[in-house]
Amino acid sequence: MIVSVASGKGGTGKTTVAVNLALSLEKDVQLLDCDVEEPNVHIFIRPRIDEVTPVYLPTPKIDEGLCDHCGKCSEFCEFHAIAVVGNKAIVFPELCHGCGGCVLVCPKKAIAEENRQVGVIKKGVMGNIELVYGELNVGEPMPVPVIREVKTSIDPNRTTIIDVPPGTSCPVIESIHGSDYCLLVSEPTPFGLHDMKLMVEILKEIKVPFGVVVNRAGIGDRKIYDYCRAENIPILLEIPFEKRIAELYSVGIPFAMEIPEWKNRFRSLLSNVMERASASTASGSRRELVKGT
Amino acid sequence: MKQATIVSGKGGTGKTTITASFAALARRVVVADCDVDAAVLHLLLDPQVVTEQEFKGSRLASIDTARCVECGLCQRACRFDAIRGLEIDPVLCEGCGVCAYVCPVGAISLRERIAGRLYISETRFGPMSHARLYATEANSGKLVALVRHEARRLADREGLGLILADGPPGIGCPVIASLTGADIAIIVTEPTMSGFHDLRRALSLAHHFKMTSSVIVNVWDINQENTRRISQFCEQEGIKVLARIPFDPKVTEAMVAGKPVVEYSPDCMASAEIRVAWDGARDLLGVSSGRRE
Repeated sequence: MIVSVASGKGGTGKTTVAVNLALSLEKDVQLLDCDVEEPNVHIFIRPRIDEVTPVYLPTPKIDEGLCDHCGKCSEFCEFHAIAVVGNKAIVFPELCHGCGGCVLVCPKKAIAEENRQVGVIKKGVMGNIELVYGELNVGEPMPVPVIREVKTSIDPNRTTIIDVPPGTSCPVIESIHGSDYCLLVSEPTPFGLHDMKLMVEILKEIKVPFGVVVNRAGIGDRKIYDYCRAENIPILLEIPFEKRIAELYSVGIPFAMEIPEWKNRFRSLLSNVMERASASTASGSRRELVKGT
Repeated sequence: MKQATIVSGKGGTGKTTITASFAALARRVVVADCDVDAAVLHLLLDPQVVTEQEFKGSRLASIDTARCVECGLCQRACRFDAIRGLEIDPVLCEGCGVCAYVCPVGAISLRERIAGRLYISETRFGPMSHARLYATEANSGKLVALVRHEARRLADREGLGLILADGPPGIGCPVIASLTGADIAIIVTEPTMSGFHDLRRALSLAHHFKMTSSVIVNVWDINQENTRRISQFCEQEGIKVLARIPFDPKVTEAMVAGKPVVEYSPDCMASAEIRVAWDGARDLLGVSSGRRE
């Protein structure tokens, strides 16, 4: 069972929900932080890190001895990662997606690939939680290869909770892809509602069932509630805007550890999610992205 | 022409609230919303669209099943696992063209895909360039580069000396595209463990691109000890803290009213401190107002 926690807008409480949910379960659980640009789960979980593995992307290496500067590689590359200027071929590694096309098209076989490190994966354990998170190297533009690597740790026999990055573009889809259910964390403000609507559109398109967690309930306005009612979207949990919760967050302490009644609320949230996910599987609207996947 | 980009690393720290208020204080300025996949600046600036155009993202492979001989070469050559049977997964396909290259019978072609829209608008504080990346699309960096290109054209056309860009969260491609070529990065943080952690990564990114950075601590009073640590860290690194904005319920009220807080409630505590930040930013940029001198 894979549950992803997403929001569209940043800073609405994705990490808070993912961490508190994982901590409240008394069983063995996997927690994956797919926000590899700014991973924060480890700040709250503070695991002992047992394993650090580099993430590589294959990048072209041109043998200037063999290259005759025909420019075919540069012409082929969709990502403008190779330029041939006069009698020099220049590779821009940060732009390379690692498709291997340049190697295929080079008539002189002058291009080989070498592994370039773009990030790391860290694994650790804290209590009942196995934490896996990625860190994109600063200056690297593409988080997706690191996200894919984080997700290779998923154990289908366990409960896996995924903390999804903010936004609505490719890293978000990559993180949610394959989930049985998605929790949308929002806040009752115009910004929160706007970005939640974008996420609803996406989740419908990729056919992942979802429900909403309203964080900072009490601030802003009531429009998010009106929208959920009109669209028939279940609100599964409300976390009030309370000074104590905000203070605990600011020092990196998951609030369910300090306010124990929340553990029960998060446990019932998960059982609710499990029921809804299996109901949705039974009704046939499963998680395929496109036919044939 | 000067360009300031407002970023944060962590989402939800107040980038858009501050950008909108800076625009209101500048009175006439070019605004660029570089958060193209979860854009919300328009909710505060109410832009009236003047022109719009389609944004072509990466290409998408497509298999002509009538010609396909099902040899499987494309599937083996695809590094992104985007071909299953005779179907292309539009989410996984990066448009590199390797499948079309290896296909022995020419059954695969690459098609343009419309990945979003780019808008040029007029707001009560000056012209604005912004965009909407369609849900699930990739290439946000490319669209951000277009938004900034249009912003520079608008500044030239209208003789305006300053561009304010509202950046996305994270440190990946759209953030890099928002920062490159800007004169200063203004990093908005909050005094939480996550805010501080993400600030350090955002600062190293700005440093990586050899940019001048400055910091705004938002809701500084929710954890004064962390604010002190952030200020101390910035001092050690030689980074100017432009302002410390207090927690103020007027900020959310202004968002609900759809206005920048300095316009909605010019005398509130948050507005007073945002003006201090604006004066500091103008000093760093060496501009006295939005108008070109």
